[in-house]
Order: sequence, then C-alpha cells, then structure tokens
Amino acid sequence: MKKRSSLVAWLFIIVGTSYFLLPLIATFLFSLRAKKDTLGFTAYQRVFADSSFYETFLFSALMALLTIIASLLLLVPTVYWAYLRHPRLHRLIELVSLMPFVIPPIVLVFGLIKSYSRSPVILVQNRGLLIAGYMVLTLPYMYRAIDAGLRATNVKTLTEAAQSLGAGWPRIIWQVIVPNVRGALVNGAFLTFATVLGELTLAQYLAWPAFGPYLARISQNKAYEPAALTIISFALTWVIFGVVLLVNSKDQQQTQFGGTH
Amino acid sequence: MAEQASERGRGAQWQHLDLRRINWSWLGTVPFFLFACAFLVLPSASLVIGSFQDNEGNFTLQNIADLGQPSILNAYLLSVQVSGVTALLGTLVGGLLAWAMVLGRLPRFVRAFLIPFSGVASNFAGVPLAFAFIATLGRVGFVTVLLKNLGFDLYDQGFNLYSFWGLSATYLYFQIPLVVLILTPAFEALRPQWREAAESLGASGGYYWRSVALPILTPALLSTVVLLFGNAFGAYATAYALTGGSLNIVPIMIGAQIQGDILHNPNLGYALAFGMMVIMTLVLALYSWLQRRSARWLQ
Repeated sequence: MKKRSSLVAWLFIIVGTSYFLLPLIATFLFSLRAKKDTLGFTAYQRVFADSSFYETFLFSALMALLTIIASLLLLVPTVYWAYLRHPRLHRLIELVSLMPFVIPPIVLVFGLIKSYSRSPVILVQNRGLLIAGYMVLTLPYMYRAIDAGLRATNVKTLTEAAQSLGAGWPRIIWQVIVPNVRGALVNGAFLTFATVLGELTLAQYLAWPAFGPYLARISQNKAYEPAALTIISFALTWVIFGVVLLVNSKDQQQTQFGGTH
Repeated sequence: MAEQASERGRGAQWQHLDLRRINWSWLGTVPFFLFACAFLVLPSASLVIGSFQDNEGNFTLQNIADLGQPSILNAYLLSVQVSGVTALLGTLVGGLLAWAMVLGRLPRFVRAFLIPFSGVASNFAGVPLAFAFIATLGRVGFVTVLLKNLGFDLYDQGFNLYSFWGLSATYLYFQIPLVVLILTPAFEALRPQWREAAESLGASGGYYWRSVALPILTPALLSTVVLLFGNAFGAYATAYALTGGSLNIVPIMIGAQIQGDILHNPNLGYALAFGMMVIMTLVLALYSWLQRRSARWLQ
C-alpha cells in the first residue's frame, strides 16, 4: 500500500514536471540555433547588442521602482493609521484594495483612457497615469503584504512607546513601524517589480516604450531573439523570487504569489 | 446615552474646544481614498455609465441588449469556455501534484524544488510564455517536430496552438502552479489522525477519501476553481502574444475596440467592458463566500 501510493505520486510529479520543463527546454534549444548548423549564443549576443533592449528594460525598471515608492508612501501610513485609529475604516480599505480583482488590466486601461483623454483632466500622455495604473494593478498584493506585516506587529504599543519617548509621526512611521514590517514590504515590493517589469497591457495602450511592448514587437518580427528573451525573462523571474524566498525564510513569513497575465 | 449627553454638555461649556472634540483622525486616510476614487472608481464608473448611454449621452439599454449579437456573445462564450476548462483542468492536475507532493511520501527535494518553481511559473506569463509555447507546440515547435519524426502529425490531427486548446494549454502553464501553491496548505491540513480513525473503524483508502477527505477539501477545491476562472478570464497579454488577436475572446475584443473602434460604437465597447466587470464581480463574490466556508475547516 505504502509503496504503491509513492509510485503513483512519482508518476504525477514526473508527468507534471515534464509539462513545465518541456517548453523551457524547447525554447532554450531554439534560442541556440540562430546560426545555421551550429549551436551557439548568437541570439543572446544580438539581444544584448540591441540598444532598445536596454532602453525599454530601464524604462520599465524605473516605472516599477516609482510604482513601489509611490505605493509604499500611500499605503503604509494609511494602513498604519487605520490600525491605530480607525478599525472600522480598515474594512473599507480592505474592500477597496480588492477592487482591482474585479477590473482586469484591459478594462482598467480602457477606463483610464476614457476618463483622462478629454478635458478637464488630460493625463494620457503623462507617465504619472501609467504609474497610477500600475499602483492599482498591484494594490491587492501590496495591501496584503503591508496588512500582514502590521497585523503581526503590535502597532499600538510600539506607537505609544515611541510617543512617550517624544517621537513625532514621521519618525514613528519611518524608524519604528517600517523596520518592524520590512520583510513584508520587501515581499510586496518584489511582487510589484515582477508584475510591472514585463507588463504589456497598460504600457501598450498608453503607448509607452516599455519592456512588455518591446517583447511583443520582437516576438512578432524576429525568430531567435524572442527565444533568447524568453529565457532571459524566465531567469529574471527566478532571481526576483529567489530574493522574495530568501527574505521570507529569514522572516518566517508565508510567501504570497500573484501577478497579471 | 448618559455619557454622550454629558460629553455634549462639556462641549457646550468649552466651545473653543469643539474642533478638537470632533474625531479628525479619518483625515489620515483621505489620500488613499482620493487615489482610489481617481484611478479605480472613476475609470470603472465612467465605463459603467458609458454603457448605459447612446452617442448623444441619453440613457439607453440598447448597448446591453446589443451584447447579445452573435459575434459578442461568441466572444463571451469562448472566454467562459477557456476560463472554465483551464480552471477545472488546472485544479485537477494541480490538485494531483499537490497531493503527490504532500501525501506521496516523496523525498524532500521534490517539495523544495516544486514550491519555488510554482511561484515562478505562476508569474511567468504574457509574451515570454506565449513564445515558449510557440517554440514547443507551434508548427515548427520542438514537440511538434519530435512527434512528426515519430510519425504523428499534431496539426494533421486537428491541433492548432492558435486556437481554443492551444490557448488553454498555454494558460494551464500559469494555472496549475497557482493551484499547487493554494492547495498545498489544504492537503497539509488533513490530519493523519483522521485517516487512522477511519481505518481503525474499517474504512478502505477509497472510502476515507470519498467520505472524509474530499468533503473537507471541497470548499478549498471550489474556491480554487473560481479563483482560476477569474485569473484566466481577465488575462490579456498571453492571449494577445499567442494569437495576435485572431482568437476572439473578450479581452482581445476590448483591445481591438480601444485601438480602432471595431464595433463602430464606442458605447457598445463600454458595455463589453462592463460585462467583464459584472462577471468578475460574481466570481469574486462567490470566491469570498467559499473562502469563508473553507476557513472554518483549515485552521
């Protein structure tokens, strides 16, 4: 009985793993065939020699960074304040932070374009709108990370202790609360980074030269470079999640995963 | 009541303190709600309002009725089918993988590899994922050519990567790992004592699963199906990169509408998006209801 169930389990794992590894192997082999009759890294060299690879990558990385900073500045004080003073508003904030689940990226960008391409407020050519869109897209993950971090911290006691020592609000948030939820913040930040870096929908319809649209353009026009880029993207995702797992194993927190497809 | 009355009385006594007596602390959350109104509520509300207006801005239900025209109805149907099939298959396959990993008595490295891999794979989507599948199952893809050399032509057998089953196979690549991540804790919550108790009362393995384990897992399984449905229903980038817009699912149709008003009626486009929001809202409501039910068991 014990032996049989283990055998079936092996079978499932092997079949499942091959479904996941085959596309990666196929893509990798394909990426090596850029030069006729030889295997080599020509496709990768071409990718790294392309200046728009760096330009779009840096643009998306910068947008991701700005999104993270803006999200943290908006959410950490809000959620902290709700914990401290307004338990009832807490429910409402939670509800709002779930709303992006109801609005898929394609619908969000549609609504943003409809709302901000006419007077009185024209924002479609402002990169602030792209960042705001990304903040909405990643709001559920960011909120959950911050909320989980604060829930595990004794917000009230820490605040009172800091106040009794004469600390002001900026100092309490920056030097007392943030260090206590650092692991959770890093978790949310990297998820945001992973989501924004390759994001296609918002960047494409708001017409920004981002990494996602670049990948889409290359994969329509070239044969071997997109294979190399796919492998590079997969490796990048591993690096990002490696950091998340590392941070979490130190903090003993549950990892959360998510993203847009 | 008495306390409130005395509070009021004191307020009247020291009127210069009135401003301080009002609870101003909600002001701290104003930036968040302003942000949410501007970039979450306003865009979605403007789509909802637009779907009930004609070109002159008068109220109409015509756009909603027009969602019933064949091309749009088919897009919704195809979207629902792709989401439904990948949700069910994803839960089944992912559930079996999670079961094998947790209860299959496998060495530790299987889990040490599978969990982080699932985290990465569930986030591996969009253009790179689509291209990986083109390199695997496309017309000159690795597996296609391999099978052809073995005498089996996938495409002669009716398979096409750029069609329903092709898109479903691609979506499963991020659906299955998500299931593994969600269901692993659920399988871990099955206590060995329950199985021992069932066995000591004479239950077979099959009987234990049918009568004890599955009923406990059912809410978790159902909420996983619902979550995956929503996950696939809203997906745009993967479908766009794979089919380039040839497969008519709702997100692709909305994309084409944004680019070039393919419906020749902007307000019908808004209604199309509104329909998506309605379905996603139903999905979320069902999900949170199921979550509350499964939380009772999995503590």
